[in-house]
Amino acid sequence: MALKKFEIIEGKGVSVKGNDIDTDRIIPARFMKCVTFEGLGQYTFYDVRFDENGKSTNHPLDLAKTANILISGANFGCGSSREHAPQALYHWGIRAVIAQSFAEIFFGNCITLGIPCLTLAMQELETLHDLIQKNPQVEIQIDLLQKQIKVADNIFNLEIPEQARLSLINGAWDSLGELLESKAQVEETKQRLNIS
Amino acid sequence: MGKNLFNKVWDLHKVKTLSSGQDQLFISLHLIHEVTSPQAFGMLRTLGLKVACPEKTFATVDHIIPTDTTLRPFKDSLAEEMIVAIKQNCQENGIKYFSPESGDQGIVHVIGPEKGLSQPGMTIACGDSHTSTHGAFGAIAFGIGTSQVRDILATQTLALSRLKVRRINVNGSLKGGVYAKDLILHIIKILGVKGGIGFAYEYGGSAIEQMRMEERMTLCNMSIEGGARVGYVNPDQKTFAYLEGKPYAPKNWQKALEHWKSIASDENAEYDDIINIQAESINPTVTWGINPGQAIGINELIPAPEEVSEDDKGTLQEALEYMKLKAKQPIKGLKINVAFIGSCTNGRLSDFEEVAKYIKGFKVASGVRALIVPGSMEVKKEVEAKGLHKIFTEAGFEWREAGCSMCLAMNPDKLKGDEVCASSSNRNFKGRQGSPTGRTILMSPVMVAAAAIKGEIADAREVFSIE
Repeated sequence: MALKKFEIIEGKGVSVKGNDIDTDRIIPARFMKCVTFEGLGQYTFYDVRFDENGKSTNHPLDLAKTANILISGANFGCGSSREHAPQALYHWGIRAVIAQSFAEIFFGNCITLGIPCLTLAMQELETLHDLIQKNPQVEIQIDLLQKQIKVADNIFNLEIPEQARLSLINGAWDSLGELLESKAQVEETKQRLNIS
Repeated sequence: MGKNLFNKVWDLHKVKTLSSGQDQLFISLHLIHEVTSPQAFGMLRTLGLKVACPEKTFATVDHIIPTDTTLRPFKDSLAEEMIVAIKQNCQENGIKYFSPESGDQGIVHVIGPEKGLSQPGMTIACGDSHTSTHGAFGAIAFGIGTSQVRDILATQTLALSRLKVRRINVNGSLKGGVYAKDLILHIIKILGVKGGIGFAYEYGGSAIEQMRMEERMTLCNMSIEGGARVGYVNPDQKTFAYLEGKPYAPKNWQKALEHWKSIASDENAEYDDIINIQAESINPTVTWGINPGQAIGINELIPAPEEVSEDDKGTLQEALEYMKLKAKQPIKGLKINVAFIGSCTNGRLSDFEEVAKYIKGFKVASGVRALIVPGSMEVKKEVEAKGLHKIFTEAGFEWREAGCSMCLAMNPDKLKGDEVCASSSNRNFKGRQGSPTGRTILMSPVMVAAAAIKGEIADAREVFSIE
C-alpha cells in the first residue's frame, strides 16, 4: 500500500485546553451507533460544543473551523479505546494533535490513521496556546524531520516516539500491508503455540 | 534475573520485527462486539481480504442491547442495524457468535472467561479498552482501535511496541467490606490516571493470591483507567480450577497446565518498577470527580486545590464545578438519584451474591431508581437458579436482562439531567452515563447497595454491620 509520507504538516491551530480529555468527551457514546466512520466529524466534542438545548457554546473548534492542528493538555485521549474519537477528529478536519502527553490506545489509533501526535514540554505548550489565542490565524509548521514545531518566531522541540516518527516519514504508518507479507511466519507461530 | 510473564508471553507470540521497529505479535484470541467491528469488516470488504483465523475470533453483542426487553426489532433503529450487522458479518466469515437467540449473549469481558476462552499465556485483543479484564487469567490482554480489529481479522497479528512492566505488590489482607474495586480505585488514586502509560501492571502479593478469579477480573479490568493498557495476575491453582470443565477449556488438560505454569513470572523476575501497598490501609473507596483517579476513602473529605499537584489543580477545579461539590466537603451523605450495579467491572455472579448477602430485608430509599444488570445471560441464569433475583426485587431493585446498560449510555439506560448515580461501573467521565450533565460516583457493588438503601453515599460497613 502506497501511503502518504508525513514530513511537514502546516496549518492553523485550535486550542482545546484541559488535562485528561477522554474519548467520551471527544465523541459521546450515543454517536457511536454507526457502521461506518464517515459521518462522525459533526459530532466531535458535541457535548461541549452545544448546551443541553442544542445551542452552540462557541467552542474553540466552532470559532476556528479551518484549523487542522488541535492543541490540548496532558493525557489527551484517555479512556475508551474507540477509534471513533480519532476518526471524528479526522473527519472534522484535524490532521495533527499537539499535547503534553497522550493516552496509549488513542495515540496508536491516531498514528494508524496518519494523524501525528506530538508532545511538547508544558511551558512551550502554554506558549503555543497563548500564541493561538492572540492570533488564531498564526501559521504552525510541524517538521517531523527536524523534530520541531515552528510558530511565529518560536521554534519548539517536539517529541514523538521514534518508531511512530519513522513510520510517518516513511509512509509506513498503516502497518496492515507489512503484516500481510509474513503469512508463512504467522502460520509457524500459530502451530508453535497450539496446545490443544 | 528471571523473566516476567509479560515478556515470556510476548516472546512466544512474536512473529518478527517490523521495519518501524515494532513487533508483529500473534493474537491468540480476538473478541469482537457490535460497536467497534462493523467498520473493520467494511474495510476488509473494500480491500478484498478474508478473515485469516475465524476459529480464533468470537463475537457477542453488549453495548447497544436494551436491558428492559429483548423484543426485536429494537425501538432504536441504529441499534437494530448494528445487531443485524454483527450477525451477518459472523455468518459470512464463519465466526462463532454468542447471540441473544442462543442464550449465550453477554458483555464481552464476562463471556470470554465464562466460556473458558480466556486462558493463561494468551495474547487477547478486543476493540474495547476493558479487555485488560482477561489479564486476570495470566494473559496479555488489551484494547485496540477498529483499524487494529481489521489488522487481526486480516492477519491474526498486530503491530505493537513492547510495554514496560510494573509489579504492584499488595501485601496483607483486605479488611471486611473492602473489595477488589476499592483496591483498584486506590491504586489509580495513588499512581494517577496517566501513571500507567507505557506499562503493563502485574498484580501480586498475598492480597491478590487470596482473591477469587472474579475479583481479579475487577482489578485487571480497571488497569486502563490508570493508563495501563494491560493488567495481569500470574496464573495459579484458582485460575486452573476456574477454567477446568469450561466449554472452551483445552482438551489436552495436562499439556495446558504444564504450559500455563511455565509462563508465570519467575520468582526472581525482573521488573521496570515495583510498588508496594499494604492491603489493610485501604478503606471503601469512592470517586468524587470526573476521572477514576479522583477518589477518596469513604470517610475522607474532597481535596482542596492546595492538596493536589500543580498538574492536577485544573482538573480538580473543573471536577468540583461539574460535580457541584466543594473542596473539603465529605462525600458521605451526598444524596443520590440512581444506583447501578453491573458492567464488565462488577456484573458477575460473585458480585451479585455479595450484594444479596447484605441487602436481604432492606428497602431501596424512596425516590432512588435502582438497577441490577447481569453481565451475561449465563450470569442471569445462575443468579435466578439461586433465587437471588427475588432478594433484589423485594428490596426494590429492577432485575434486568444482560448488557452493558448504564455504564456507557449506548442503550436506553441513561441518567437524566444532573442526576447523581452510585455506580459499580468503571468510568465517571463527564456525560459518561448518557446525560451531558449526569454525575457518576464509582464504588463497589456492596457500596452501591448501601447508597441505594440510604438514598445517599454511605459506608457499607456501617449500613450492613460488616466487621
